Amino acid sequence: MNSKIGIIIAREFLQRVTKKSFIITTILFPVLMIGLMIAPALIMAFSTTETKEIYVIDHSGIVAQNLKSSDEVSFVIADEGAPDTLRTHGNSYGVLFIGNNIVEKPGNVQLYTGEASSMAVERTITSQMEEIIKDEKLKQYNIENINEILRNVETTVTLQTFRTDSDNEESTSSSSMVSYAIGTLLSLVLYMFLLMYGQMVMTSIIEEKNNRVLEVMVSSVKPTQLMVGKILGIGSVAVTQIAIWGVLISSAVGILLPMLLPADIMAQATALNAGTLDSSASNVDADLLGVIAAAGNVAYIVKLFALMAAFLLGGFLFYASMFAAIGSAVDNIQDASQLQTAAIMPIIIALVISMSVATDPNSPLAFWTSLVPFTSPMIMMMRIPFGIATWEIALSLGILYISIIGMIWIAAKIYRVGIFMYGKKPSLKELIRWINYK
Amino acid sequence: MELLRIDNVTKHYTGHTALNDVSFSVPQGCIYGLLGPNGAGKTTLIRIINHITAPDSGTVTFDGHTLTAADIYNIGYLPEERGLYKKMKVGEQAIFFARLKGLSRSEAQRRLKFWFAKLGIEDWWNKKVEELSKGMAQKIQFIITVLHEPKLLIFDEPFSGFDPINADQLKREILELRDKGATIIFSTHNMSSVEEICDHITLINQSQNILTGNVDEIKRRYGKDRFIFTYNGEPQTFGSAIVGKAHIISDHTHDNGLIDTTLQINPGTSLRQIIADVNDVVEIRTINEAIPSMNEIFIQTVKEFNNAQK
Repeated sequence: MNSKIGIIIAREFLQRVTKKSFIITTILFPVLMIGLMIAPALIMAFSTTETKEIYVIDHSGIVAQNLKSSDEVSFVIADEGAPDTLRTHGNSYGVLFIGNNIVEKPGNVQLYTGEASSMAVERTITSQMEEIIKDEKLKQYNIENINEILRNVETTVTLQTFRTDSDNEESTSSSSMVSYAIGTLLSLVLYMFLLMYGQMVMTSIIEEKNNRVLEVMVSSVKPTQLMVGKILGIGSVAVTQIAIWGVLISSAVGILLPMLLPADIMAQATALNAGTLDSSASNVDADLLGVIAAAGNVAYIVKLFALMAAFLLGGFLFYASMFAAIGSAVDNIQDASQLQTAAIMPIIIALVISMSVATDPNSPLAFWTSLVPFTSPMIMMMRIPFGIATWEIALSLGILYISIIGMIWIAAKIYRVGIFMYGKKPSLKELIRWINYK
Repeated sequence: MELLRIDNVTKHYTGHTALNDVSFSVPQGCIYGLLGPNGAGKTTLIRIINHITAPDSGTVTFDGHTLTAADIYNIGYLPEERGLYKKMKVGEQAIFFARLKGLSRSEAQRRLKFWFAKLGIEDWWNKKVEELSKGMAQKIQFIITVLHEPKLLIFDEPFSGFDPINADQLKREILELRDKGATIIFSTHNMSSVEEICDHITLINQSQNILTGNVDEIKRRYGKDRFIFTYNGEPQTFGSAIVGKAHIISDHTHDNGLIDTTLQINPGTSLRQIIADVNDVVEIRTINEAIPSMNEIFIQTVKEFNNAQK
């Protein structure tokens, strides 16, 4: 009995994984992913931005000497009496005119540039000038030691967030931005997989029915074995693909990332993972560092992929059974379009809910939809990166896998009737009635 | 010795009855014709024998015991509507189906090599099914059906899609299988092939078994008291001479003016009496027993049954 399911699984699996299209997508996807992950790091590491030189003609005499040049913008103080021809600014990026009454009239400032001015440059200028003018105004109150006071009150806040697992003494650093990004990515990948592989089950059953291989098959195999074999065969293809991606991505980030990134950034990322990072000393954007840290944390990635595989397989088995029942009932793909909304709608709804769950991963909506097998795989994929209790994950998986048995049982009942029905396109109601056929 | 026995099998679907109290038995080592108009219930019956569906009531006995799921290893079924996986290679696919029928991979390979050589198609092994013509695919399906050497073979319209040469080759293979001891159920609408190869038949119409038995015996039964008179004269005078003693089934005028009249003698009247009566009015040339073709028997039986139902 079971060896037959094995033979069917083997056929479904081998037929698919030896296809060129499978091999190509399996290799290309991680390349694309790794590219997306390390592109920002690479840009940061290798791009040298050209310093933009700006001539400052300051009629007020208080701003120019306080403007601080950076890697991006360098301010050159031009003579007050410099001719207006400087407006054509020679080979400089632009010219900044500051009016003499700038403190009273902060609008009296103009920037002339040869090329389109950039947001970053404008922001640098306005924010620096706001500070300078604010200081100037404070000075007008004639407070003693004003310069010292101003230096003292200057503060920069860097927020570091830590998640503490009650059942796990290690506390890892987590930023909700990183969790959000990973959660969105995972639930999108899951969504894609459920639709892609679910519909693969359906199309493949329709094809078998259509070219009448089924008629030959059923004389050797029970329809239920046939259906289960097909679902498991295609499911194992999906799991194989995820596993290959998991291995490729985690080994790539484990090996490539340290090689490509500057040592100090890597050290900071490692420190962040270990929870020992001194943020105030960091010169890298905290969120970016978080992404690098998460990507570089191989254990974290392996854990994510393992949970992903569990929810992916569960979600797949659940939805593939629905797709199988639908596929068995119709003669061609066109007829299936209406019926398959019954399977596609919940997947889309789950995706929509998972997006809203991202803003509050512990809301009641998030909790309850994590238990409903129709939505749980995708909602959980979104929530897991935020860190949720292990018992919740276990409960969700438990309910999902028990529901799978029920769903396969129902689907098998429909399938066994459906594969012998030709001609008339059945309604969803008829499909449900088939469940009770002897 | 019977291999398969169907007893009072009934199967209902919502809205209609597919089989109504059907019984017959298939002797070992014969070719058994399962006949009937479209929609009569043949496919349902075949599916019951294949353990694909179960009857609502009645029993199926196979090889001396009630049919079980394990018996499908001893049954080979070639459905009328049949297909193969298009993208799969011929040899690989044949091995797949053979393994589902319980053969090991190596055994399947060995037997397939034998059959491919026998039918002269060794070079198809690595071709994809989609590269084959319909007739070529049918040959592969035939091999797949018989490969596990089942005791019972069920062929549903096996000759459709074959050219006469290949059909003849297939027919010889089927007869050879029977001679080696296989029992064959043969479902078809092609009555001339029934006459050629079937030993026994069952005719199913409107879900019921309306005619069953040995082909020669059925033909003789249907030919009883039926004769063809070939004569020189008027069919009308011939007809009026036998009124009340026999009824005319058909008249046929030959090019040379001679007339064939097929008649059925009524019970209680002898052939001798009829001859004496018509001898006075026409010039009799020959008298032959009219042996009906299976085609005629099929049409006549089904029509009579359908009329009786109305």
